[in-house]
Amino acid sequence: MSASSGASSAASPVLELRDVHKLFGDNHVLRGVDLTVAGHEVVVVIGASGSGKSTLMRTINLIERVDDGRILLSGDDITDPGVDVDKVRARIGVVFQHFNLFPHMRVIDNVTLAARRVHGVDADVARDRGIGLLEKFGLGEKIRDYPDRLSGGQQQRVAIVRAIMTDPELLLLDEITSALDPMLVGEVLDLVRDLKAQGSTILMATHEMSFARSVADRIVFMHGGRPLESGTPEQIFENPQRPETQEFLARIMHR
Amino acid sequence: MTDRVAEGAWTPSELELERRLHRRRASRRSVLVALVSTVLFTVAAGWLVVGSPNWDAVQQSFFNLEIAADSFPRILEGLWLNLRVLFFATIAVAIVATLLAVMRSLRGPVWFPLRALATGYTDLFRGLPVLIVLYLVGFGIPGLDTTVRIPVAVLGTIAITLCYSAYVAEVLRAGMEAVHPSQRIAARSLGLGHGETLRIVVIPQALRKVVPALMNDFVSMQKDVGLISVLGAVDAVRSAQIVSQTTYNFTPYVVAGLMFVALSFPMIRLTDYVSARMAKREQIGGTV
Ligand SMILES: Nc1ncnc2c1ncn2[C@@H]1O[C@H](COP(=O)(O)OP(=O)(O)OP(=O)(O)O)[C@@H](O)[C@H]1O
Ligand SMILES: [Mg+2]
Repeated sequence: MSASSGASSAASPVLELRDVHKLFGDNHVLRGVDLTVAGHEVVVVIGASGSGKSTLMRTINLIERVDDGRILLSGDDITDPGVDVDKVRARIGVVFQHFNLFPHMRVIDNVTLAARRVHGVDADVARDRGIGLLEKFGLGEKIRDYPDRLSGGQQQRVAIVRAIMTDPELLLLDEITSALDPMLVGEVLDLVRDLKAQGSTILMATHEMSFARSVADRIVFMHGGRPLESGTPEQIFENPQRPETQEFLARIMHR
Repeated sequence: MTDRVAEGAWTPSELELERRLHRRRASRRSVLVALVSTVLFTVAAGWLVVGSPNWDAVQQSFFNLEIAADSFPRILEGLWLNLRVLFFATIAVAIVATLLAVMRSLRGPVWFPLRALATGYTDLFRGLPVLIVLYLVGFGIPGLDTTVRIPVAVLGTIAITLCYSAYVAEVLRAGMEAVHPSQRIAARSLGLGHGETLRIVVIPQALRKVVPALMNDFVSMQKDVGLISVLGAVDAVRSAQIVSQTTYNFTPYVVAGLMFVALSFPMIRLTDYVSARMAKREQIGGTV
């Protein structure tokens, strides 16, 4: 639906990072990241706290400006200074750890806001689609509620529905369950599984290793500001090659 | 216990009924105590004032019912001017203050001049006494071009607007800064532009946070519109002054004062109510 510009997009991966660097003052957080996400692929980024997972997501979403390198979205260089930032963001769906929803708007208005205001979708059409999606994901009864009446898990599911409302080319999910009770994590992750089944292209960061393992097509281990090792879940979890990866997994599994 | 619920019609238990009875008794007792102490205090205060040696003279010059009744219509007519000034000043303040607050919230070196201008403005007008601004505007602007006559009420409205825009802009800015930054990021991530993010996401939330403070400023403005009388505008205060000078009696001032109090009373109560309700909501609130 949101087919991107140019003939190049058919052949290009949805997301491609080439030697991306990001510094906060002297803190060199991303040190030459190369990463590709193909269409319909689910890539899960793991790594220690502070390894730059969130920063990576934020550069892709153009919330942080890269200090070097290029990011291509379906073949379009979105790090080009002349690019329309709002247009790029409209092509990417994002869900963060918390404070996603707008507390002064009802669930349905949260969900349809971007469709109405950014994509120029007719209000009734957007509403129908929003209600359809909310019902599909078990939120049909919350349509007219304000976010503070919802449980944390329900709020995150609404946030995900909001992110997929406009059929983004890429979905960025940054630790969407880490602020939730263990009881509520499952319902959010089930929703992500549904999205994968429908063929969404997803890049997500998480500390939920069992989930990463079950949903990922590919796992990327971030260490020292770059993807140190990447492979299928089996390769990374059963047979990690790098000692850093082994150490990280050993630590996180035995918590 | 489960039986009572299973029957479909849940009824409170003995324990709960007893607790409710206790609460009712306690609140009846507090009301009674409050009532008695109020009556005692009023009687004591009244006795002290009325019993003072010069009470008769004071009553004659401040609480003269006859003069009060005579001056009432005239002062009320004056109050109508105050209300009109208040109405237009409120609209003007809403517009100017929002612009100032948005100007001050702009980030990036390109916007430095606008930001500096807004900052300078709010610093200046928050520091200046309203009375001085009234004099400067009321006598300064007409002095620029003596061929045009601007009604003094209009000049008064401008002066009040200048002062209150500065206060209200500061309140709004504080509200905008209190909106969590991730709300902006979430809005921008959806593809909303800077202006839309401010209009649809930041300002509505900021306003909710500062409603009590804004209402307070409004109450304060409600009485400060009485200051336009110093420019010669025939408002409630000026009307009272005129009557007072012809009758050599201060009662008209008391009448005007009571009118201002009556005017602000509903707003004051409403402010209390809204603040209390918001405090309650805050306690429930919180996302994730
Ligand atoms: N806005 C910022 N300003 C300065 N430093 C920042 C900023 N954002 C992140 N950093 C720094 O960048 C580094 C990486 O942070 P980031 O949030 O990307 O880590 P992360 O991998 O997402 O960690 P976590 O698993 O805890 O979420 C940290 O050292 C952090 O202090
Ligand atoms: Mg993070």
